[in-house]
Amino acid sequence: MPSSHDWINKPLGVVEAMFAQSNSNPEWEAKVLEYFKGQLKEKESHSWVPSLNDVPLHYLKPNSLVKFRCLVQDMFDPEFYMGVYETVDPSTKANVLRCGKYKDVTECGVDLNSRNTVTAERQTFYCVPIPGESPWAKEISFLSAARVVPSTSYVPSRQKRSYEEDDDDMDTQPQKQREPHTEPHGNGDSKRQETEAPSSQTTTPSDCSSHLDLNFPLPGERGPACLVKVYEGLDSFKLNDTLEIYGILSVNPVLTVLGEEKDPSLLLLNPTESMETPEEQRAHDPPASLVPRLHMLYARPLQHNNPLLPSAPTEDQSAFVSSFLVEMASVRAELLAYLTHVLLGDGLAAEYLLLHLISDVYTRRDVLPLGKFTLNLSGCPLNSYTERLYQIVQQLVPCSYRLSMSLHTMNSMRLVPKKDYVANRLVSGALQLARNTSLFLDETQLEQGQLDSSGVRNITALGNLISWQKVDYDFSYHQMEFPCNINVLVTSEGRSLLPSDCQVPLQPQVTPPNMEEYLTTIHMAQFTSQINKFRVYLSLARTLDYSISDEVTKAVEDDFVDMRKDDPQSVTAEDLHRMLVVARLLSLSLGQTTLSRDGWMRAKHIDMLRRSRTEQQKSLNGNEP
Amino acid sequence: MSSPTSTPVGSKPSSDGLASPPSQRRRGQDSSNGDLPAMPTSPATDIASPAVHDTSLFSSPRRSVLPSEVDMSSPLIGVRGTPVRQRPDLGSARKAPQVDLHTELPSADGAVASEQAAGQKLVIWGTDVNVGTCKEKFQRFLQRFIDPTSNEDENAGLDLNEPLYMQKLEEISVIGEPVLNVNCSHVQSFDADLYRQLISYPQEVIPTFDMAVNELFFERFPDSILEHQIQVRPYNALKTRNMRSLNPEDIDQMITISGMVIRTSQLIPEMQEAFFQCQVCAFSTRVEVDRGRIAEPAVCRNCNTTHSLALIHNRSAFSDKQMIKVQESPDDMPAGQTPHTTIVYAHNDLVDKVQPGDRINITGIYRAVPMRENPRQSTVKSVYKTHIDVIHFRKTDEKRLHGLDEDSDQKLFTEERVQTLKELAAKPDVYERLSSALAPSIYEQEDIKKGILLQLFGGTRKDFSQTGRGNFRAEVNILLCGDPGTSKSQLLQYVFNLVPRGQYTSGKGSSAVGLTAYVMKDPETKQLVLQTGALVLSDNGICCIDEFDKMSDSTRSVLHEVMEQQTLSIAKAGIICQLNARTSVLAAANPVESQWNPKKTTIENIQLPHTLLSRFDLIFLMLDPQDEAYDRRLAHHLVALYYQSEEQIEEEFLDMAVLKDYIAYARTYINPRLNEEASQALIEAYVDMRKIGSGRGMVSAYPRQLESLIRLAEAHAKVRFSDKVETVDVEEAKRLHREALKQSATDPRTGFVDISILTTGMSATARKRKEEVAQALKKMIQSRGKIPAMKYQQLFDDLRGQSEAAITKDMFEEALRALADEDYLTVTGKTVRLL
Repeated sequence: MPSSHDWINKPLGVVEAMFAQSNSNPEWEAKVLEYFKGQLKEKESHSWVPSLNDVPLHYLKPNSLVKFRCLVQDMFDPEFYMGVYETVDPSTKANVLRCGKYKDVTECGVDLNSRNTVTAERQTFYCVPIPGESPWAKEISFLSAARVVPSTSYVPSRQKRSYEEDDDDMDTQPQKQREPHTEPHGNGDSKRQETEAPSSQTTTPSDCSSHLDLNFPLPGERGPACLVKVYEGLDSFKLNDTLEIYGILSVNPVLTVLGEEKDPSLLLLNPTESMETPEEQRAHDPPASLVPRLHMLYARPLQHNNPLLPSAPTEDQSAFVSSFLVEMASVRAELLAYLTHVLLGDGLAAEYLLLHLISDVYTRRDVLPLGKFTLNLSGCPLNSYTERLYQIVQQLVPCSYRLSMSLHTMNSMRLVPKKDYVANRLVSGALQLARNTSLFLDETQLEQGQLDSSGVRNITALGNLISWQKVDYDFSYHQMEFPCNINVLVTSEGRSLLPSDCQVPLQPQVTPPNMEEYLTTIHMAQFTSQINKFRVYLSLARTLDYSISDEVTKAVEDDFVDMRKDDPQSVTAEDLHRMLVVARLLSLSLGQTTLSRDGWMRAKHIDMLRRSRTEQQKSLNGNEP
Repeated sequence: MSSPTSTPVGSKPSSDGLASPPSQRRRGQDSSNGDLPAMPTSPATDIASPAVHDTSLFSSPRRSVLPSEVDMSSPLIGVRGTPVRQRPDLGSARKAPQVDLHTELPSADGAVASEQAAGQKLVIWGTDVNVGTCKEKFQRFLQRFIDPTSNEDENAGLDLNEPLYMQKLEEISVIGEPVLNVNCSHVQSFDADLYRQLISYPQEVIPTFDMAVNELFFERFPDSILEHQIQVRPYNALKTRNMRSLNPEDIDQMITISGMVIRTSQLIPEMQEAFFQCQVCAFSTRVEVDRGRIAEPAVCRNCNTTHSLALIHNRSAFSDKQMIKVQESPDDMPAGQTPHTTIVYAHNDLVDKVQPGDRINITGIYRAVPMRENPRQSTVKSVYKTHIDVIHFRKTDEKRLHGLDEDSDQKLFTEERVQTLKELAAKPDVYERLSSALAPSIYEQEDIKKGILLQLFGGTRKDFSQTGRGNFRAEVNILLCGDPGTSKSQLLQYVFNLVPRGQYTSGKGSSAVGLTAYVMKDPETKQLVLQTGALVLSDNGICCIDEFDKMSDSTRSVLHEVMEQQTLSIAKAGIICQLNARTSVLAAANPVESQWNPKKTTIENIQLPHTLLSRFDLIFLMLDPQDEAYDRRLAHHLVALYYQSEEQIEEEFLDMAVLKDYIAYARTYINPRLNEEASQALIEAYVDMRKIGSGRGMVSAYPRQLESLIRLAEAHAKVRFSDKVETVDVEEAKRLHREALKQSATDPRTGFVDISILTTGMSATARKRKEEVAQALKKMIQSRGKIPAMKYQQLFDDLRGQSEAAITKDMFEEALRALADEDYLTVTGKTVRLL
């Protein structure tokens, strides 16, 4: 830990010093950015910066440097602010130039008519914590970040608990983990106190959410939302980007007072103000104590939010990757065995589930997303099996959401984000998710009944998501298409009513008398270190590069032609599409970055197995399409 | 005045400096208050004094009458009592002080009216605008500007070789609407310097223009009576930009932006002039609102009582104002970002000119106001509120709704772009190139892509309304049918993404109202409004309908009108209207039995009414070709798709943006007409088509097919950027049409192409067969002699036994129906009675 943490504790001081030195030479702005970037580059230094995700807001010092792991939920209109302004000291009448950047309010005595005023532009993004972030991911990043928090008086006492223990708690009672303050710990008072800290963090915003809708994409989410003021590179950010933002925290209470205490007589004379509807006021200027402002100094786009992996593509990471590649095959085997148990002994389904979990839309060709692999697990046993299955998936991936497709939720839930013109903001929906989020659609919950018009729209949206990996946001006068990258897993009894890339009927080899107990035992048998390995494996396999050599291309072509020769009906272009994806995922899952002949044969083989199984299912059920 | 200079509090001489944050520009210190400290050596001559004749109006105590102020809005000569209408849109520029840039004294009255002596230059404070010169220049512009090449709709009926704006003034004198719209590009081409001043200092220059126009107008038409003086409304500032590119530099400048109205506020009355009455002696006085403030007179001038004056609301003057929220139009936005919105204020007669949903071009002055929300606090939120004071609205979609033809939103192409497009067009294989650039991820299907390409270009729009035939459809409709999984949907998605005004619906999810229009209550105004559906929205575009076969019959019936008449009639909730729906339909249908049955006709396979099918120009089957060479190429294509890098792909195919521009350019600028040979070729082609069938006693072509051929040929000419439809075009149209027919209209029983499959839903041979069976049945019944009734089942068995060909129950029933139609027999339950 370095002795001086001024750049964390008083970043504005650094900014102002640089501004003062600059003599209004505009280059100072670049210098500031350079400085903070440099500081953050230093080893470990970013872990010194306290994170809004982990530390409750009231423990953070105002105007200190903080970081925030978030998703850009909405982008507000750009605003003009006083980049440089002049103040007049009332006693001495001396004029002083001041810098307005990275601040919400100005100093006293602004000379509004000064000719030295420089107007500049910035934009506000409304950011929320990454929706559906798994409890384990939160936990681990919390523990690793909380090691040193020099700029806060807050000392988390949580690290005494090993996260192994936590994991086990979570696994057995994952529902309760989401609401830590209700967690029944029998281990005495000391433990109770420790859990208090994070829970106070999560309850602070939620207490107030009754008055203020924080606009989280998923219901039941918690955490701080944040208004991020962005100064540079406005075009490089996109809606739904996941970012780690380093910026200056501003919780100036003036912001709140300004918003609320208003002289009605002023309203008459100031039409600009009266034009803003109360809804808009609430959405754009919420009290700073609930929605802090963050003035961005540096933002890092996140490829993934798995805290077990180095997040930036640095040398660090490549070293990490190459060391892990050696293990890859063995980890795969273990994971496969684990999934096979979970899927009641069905090895084939486990294989497909594994491929599904590492799939990723790696590119788009005109409208066609390539690499998506939506899996439909049909024939799932009823009675909360799917729920347990989701909990296991949740343990493996850093981001996930289970959408229970009951008639009621389909009719009532808002899946597609919609622009609210009154409040002038984008009201979020459950499909506004970060990249590579696992969306678990539970169709076993569907019962008979009628979908109303919003239900039909929701189903259409899900269909579009699966087929084109895009969501059409509703802007009431028009729709706007936002590409996405979401792994959709559909569990159903029969064939799903939604389209899918690949359907696997589950063929349980074991029928445990008590499903609940069975799954719990399987889960308990895994060590946390093992689970962590799986987590790293799944995130890593996705990021590997992949190519096909000319030689194999030729072989694949030959194969395709041969297959069609025997029975043209048996293999279509669609099937080839799928097999190519399967081959790709299969190779990646083994840590191979090129397709080998063997890989292709294997892909063909498991696809054959799967198809024969669906055929079988068809003839069994007769009328099943 | 309007520029909402917020606070009456504050120690500073609030002024334009507050209304317009200085953005490194040198204006902004503009401050016209009397207590301004350092006025430069201004030779305070009241140059504008002859102008202030309307004394009753201005008798109010004006604190800030500086000698050197020009009252910008007051007319100079010959106004004859035409009242001045204030221009809140221009903000507080009524009194702009003039300064002399040079130290020499100007001759007293010469500043405005006469020529400037060399060496002296009187300009408005903070600008380089000299009122006199500016006015003169503008008058010269009005009197001399001629634009012989003008093709603007607004200038319809004007003589293009006469000064344009003088004709407009004449129009004003006749119609009496005192507004003169001035196209800024005209000003620019006439006098670039004047244009620069107009853009940079609109709030000073426009009033000067007003003065100039009024002088000129009342000189010419001294007897005209106008409601108020003419106001100049410039539009089309060449700095037209989208909302995203607005930045602090643009503050207080004139800008033109485009966008879509999303919200309009109620009307806001804004006080322009306050009326005060003394409580003691009933003496009244008027005070003008100056920059959002009213200076309440402290002392009654009549009776010298202090604080006796009270504001009388009824007699104060108010002007209308409306807040409008405008959102960036979706076409201007970078992908992945949300649209920006801007607040716009409309004043006076511009209030209620636009409704939510309108796409408009706005010309106005960009403003920024600091937010000092709480006067008790010395800290200020360092953010400005921005808005636009609108001077001129122009609806971009107006003509789409009312007009007859031509896209109004012409995309502007740069010279280089046009050059590249033309180069591309000159290539002999442009047609193949473009068609292969369409949806490169979909393999082959060359003819289908070509068909869709022609659909994208469309035919030439013709108007025969004089001869009573109305509009001819220029749009090409295409139906794709075929096995599931042959990337039909993908093709549709691609087209939908390619065209600017495309709509994508699925037959399964859409209802008739979703396609056409429905009436709903607007949540804001509580009025019934017509919400248009996919077909109307894709006017001038392409409507992609997936799963066409799954559409309900009632929905499909809507399409009949759209696909031939290109209009949509609505009669709902008291709203009866006919909307334009000049849309091309690209539909995809799956066969009923999920797999295409080659033994059946198209109609039997997709079970669509033939009335609808005959409205499609081209019907393609997308089937699995089942051929080894094809398989190999397909496999290669797909594998390549999965590992080729972006660059490689781009080398192979045209950029989607180029394709978009190419199509937009051709659609806007190319209107091919048939030449002599092409007409001959078309006639021959049609006659040939009819001949084919006539040999076998059936009709193989109808006029509808001829129209299709013409459209296709025109579209092909457009692809070549040719103004003439030539024989090559006809040849290709014929070939494509034949290909499509070959696929869709081949009678599976005979192997012949039979157009009647599509036009009547039944092939000629099938019809003949049906008649034969009916005759055989009749003969059989007749041979039995006079029996009044017989059993249904027995009759069927007898017929089967008698006939040598197999007779199905369907055929038997059809025969019975045919005989019943002849009034020969009637079927009741299980018995058949003779009549």
